[in-house]
Amino acid sequence: MPTARRAADAAPKPSEDRRWRLVNRTMRLHGHKPDALIETLHVVQESFGFLDEESLRYVAAALQVPLSRVYAVATFYHYFSLKPPGVHTCVICLGTACYIGGASGILEHIQETHGIAPGETTADQQISLVTARCLGSCGLAPAGVFDGEVAGKLKPETVLDKLGRWARHDHDA
Amino acid sequence: MTMTLEELQGIARIEQDRQGGFSHHVNVCIAAGCLSCQSGQVRAAFEKEVARRGLENWCQVKGVGCLGLCTAGPLVAVEPAGTLYQNVAVGDVPELLDALGASPVARLDAADHAGFFERQRKIVLENCGRIDPERIEDYIAEEGYQALYQALRGMSPREVIDQVTVSGLRGRGGAGFPTGLKWTTVAKAPEGEKYVICNADEGDPGAFMDRSVLESDPQRVLEGMAIAAYAVGASRGYLYVRAEYPLAVKRLRTAIAQAERLGLLGRDIFNTPFGFEVKVRLGAGAFVCGEETALIASIEGRLGRPRPRPPFPAEFGLWGRPTLINNVETFANIPPIIRKGGEWFAGIGTAKSKGTKVFALAGRIRNTGLIEVPMGTPLREIVFEIGGGIPDGRRFKAVQTGGPSGGCIPEQFLDMPVDYESLAQVGSIMGSGGMIVMDDSSCMVDVARFFIEFCMSESCGKCAPCRVGTAQIHHLLAKITRGAGRPADLTLLEELCDLVRHTSLCGLGQTAPNPVMSTLHYFREEYTAHIEERRCLAGTCRAASLEEAL
Amino acid sequence: MTPTETLTGKRHRTDVNPMRVLTLKMDGQDVSAREDETLLTVARQNGIRIPTLCHLNGLSERGACRLCIVEIKGQARLAAACVTLARQDMEVSTRSPRVLEFRRRILELIFSERNHICAVCVSNGHCDLQDLAVELGMTHVRYEYMYPRHEVDASHPRFSVDHNRCVLCLRCVRVCDEVEGAHTWDIMRRGIAARVITDMNQPWGTAASCTGCGKCVEVCPTGALSEKGRSVAEMKKGREFLPYLQMMRRDELH
Repeated sequence: MPTARRAADAAPKPSEDRRWRLVNRTMRLHGHKPDALIETLHVVQESFGFLDEESLRYVAAALQVPLSRVYAVATFYHYFSLKPPGVHTCVICLGTACYIGGASGILEHIQETHGIAPGETTADQQISLVTARCLGSCGLAPAGVFDGEVAGKLKPETVLDKLGRWARHDHDA
Repeated sequence: MTMTLEELQGIARIEQDRQGGFSHHVNVCIAAGCLSCQSGQVRAAFEKEVARRGLENWCQVKGVGCLGLCTAGPLVAVEPAGTLYQNVAVGDVPELLDALGASPVARLDAADHAGFFERQRKIVLENCGRIDPERIEDYIAEEGYQALYQALRGMSPREVIDQVTVSGLRGRGGAGFPTGLKWTTVAKAPEGEKYVICNADEGDPGAFMDRSVLESDPQRVLEGMAIAAYAVGASRGYLYVRAEYPLAVKRLRTAIAQAERLGLLGRDIFNTPFGFEVKVRLGAGAFVCGEETALIASIEGRLGRPRPRPPFPAEFGLWGRPTLINNVETFANIPPIIRKGGEWFAGIGTAKSKGTKVFALAGRIRNTGLIEVPMGTPLREIVFEIGGGIPDGRRFKAVQTGGPSGGCIPEQFLDMPVDYESLAQVGSIMGSGGMIVMDDSSCMVDVARFFIEFCMSESCGKCAPCRVGTAQIHHLLAKITRGAGRPADLTLLEELCDLVRHTSLCGLGQTAPNPVMSTLHYFREEYTAHIEERRCLAGTCRAASLEEAL
Repeated sequence: MTPTETLTGKRHRTDVNPMRVLTLKMDGQDVSAREDETLLTVARQNGIRIPTLCHLNGLSERGACRLCIVEIKGQARLAAACVTLARQDMEVSTRSPRVLEFRRRILELIFSERNHICAVCVSNGHCDLQDLAVELGMTHVRYEYMYPRHEVDASHPRFSVDHNRCVLCLRCVRVCDEVEGAHTWDIMRRGIAARVITDMNQPWGTAASCTGCGKCVEVCPTGALSEKGRSVAEMKKGREFLPYLQMMRRDELH
């Protein structure tokens, strides 16, 4: 992460990239005011999957927010990620109902089999494991999200099966 | 454009006529719980099959909000027969259509869950599972926006607040502050820009009431906010929603656009000088942003760290202006209070806790799902009749209410009425409505560790007692569940709880020790068993550290 | 005092009239105050010593270290003196046994959080944290030390930062933002994982926004921020560099 680049290096982004157009539009809608920071970071993450250093510097310059403040906000809120996600993302809910329903056991199994703890991505960049505070799907505890699809009443075997297919690049997964 | 009452009633009539034209209604739940069991496909299958059979004018297929019994999704309600089907699969669709007007398909009938529905009373959830959350016309057909019309055209702001005060409504976010009093303070603040904020940053692990309301009946929350804005003299509002609830965010945005199109939000609503504009702001995964001052900081694009109060947001809130903050369920209670009067609302519930309360019932219980009961309903009724009791022949141990700020209520208090005061008396709180049932397989020390781990990682880190204190408490509890605790640790634990509770800056820290204190109080023998006998009475803590497992 | 940060512009409370004078009781003593004065200010004006750590005259108040907690009659909750305004007829107790006990325990927590090893510290003998331990009679720490592993960043040509000795008072963040106007410092992550950073969490020496003014070093209460080339116990903080800091010293001499 740390490099000696200066804020001034963050030149305006080429507007031909549709994703940057979206980011620029958000900032414009908010009149490039500093209070648009969180909204803008949401759009950056939605567009690029994570917040890279270049984007953070660009947003800081465009909204005239100090770099350290942008970094502070990006790391304070757990929804933001500064690391690129793997090809597939598995979210395991750790809400109360899911916890007493055995969510931590599922995490243990994933760690044993794939060697990743929450917040980590496999070395081959295939699978990211994330935990959620509560998905609000307590009726289906334990619940998880696999590449954007919520699944409930999880069992370690079904989760490992799913992740195993991801790891083997089985595209029917 | 602005709308008149005639036009509003016109929309309602057209919609009622349209729906009345069908002989049968198939309502498929499309709230997040059922959607994650493929209820979207079930709905599509119904639509396709109805079209294939050419029954479009005879049977209406509609996506509706939460039907409540989340554990048995996908749920399909058939009207006017009043049958609820559970665990419906795409393959069941032809059979269910065949049964319309005949006797219901027994193998999918959820009739054995009758107890779940019978004892509920729905005010906040009255439209949930009945209307299509993505069509404002459906809401208007159910008396939607009539309360706003009544307030704007027939009542002064003072009179609106009076009705809310008379109703006895208290904040449903957790602390139970009288809503009328809060509104009065904001209304009294000097004139000028004021704001209304809806707190939809439902962060308690194990709570999904707000999410369900937003996904099932978003217009009602907007109407409640608009009425509040009129009462306190605000013209702008923000809805602060968790980014983790994409479906709720999408439906809210749709709802706002539809209300704006009909002139129910925007300028000169119902041909009055009152205007109200609402924006959605996304939370970004910080539980502490449920705290009012942190929430405001977050809307301002800053770090969600609470600041000392006073000054309270009612005087010094968003952008330094007087700001009213209520949560989703509180706002959802407003339209019926205005329509039916404060007296009507005050007639429900107990002496000090009026109305109903929505709970997210989950954990070791048969019927998990979303329920709404009158305040004062005994806990036993909720757990054993509505919830259907504990599955797998296990024994009830405790109910956890109030999430990380609440406590664990043991069996001896099962006959206690559920209201703000009773819950506080036994060391818990009402909270936002999460209700997690635990059986004898849940280790209470581990449950306490779970909650303090939550508070530790959600602590903003601003004040020292909460930042370091929660970490120290977690360290001690992890040690005890690992089997490495010493008798002296219990004294230290109690001392730390006392410290964090009394010296922390905001509500997060002040209430963080509650789950630990309540389990220490009611389940002390489980703590001593871990320490003195190196034994977990529930059998869930192993020698291996749970900390490592997480 | 302003409860909001300067980043988005100062906003002042409208409910406070600085012209109004009121009377209250502090530790049984009758004292007078202006409506915009905090209990801490009133205490210091009247020679009543309340310990503080995150507070520094001239910087905005955070109310975060909680060492200045006091008891107010009729209020269940303890109040931080640095952010609580004086009110008519308030009865404040600044050193009840309960308050003294809580202060000492909070200090123990702060000591347990990082690695405060005085014997090898550049600020030994000139450290606010050390002074507080003496003042509050904290002889040992009963909580387990967390022993986090933090690095020392010596990339700046003149200064270095040792996160092991940081107490997260954020004086550096505030002086840099509010006085120097550079906002090089801020705080990343949250809770027990929080840490002060320069610019994009990069080595201080590469932080382009830093003017090298050194104010952060001077206001730092411990040896976390220091000048290079100082050995054990050699780092005295020179806080005379700004008038308001002299004022603070005068206050403390009372």
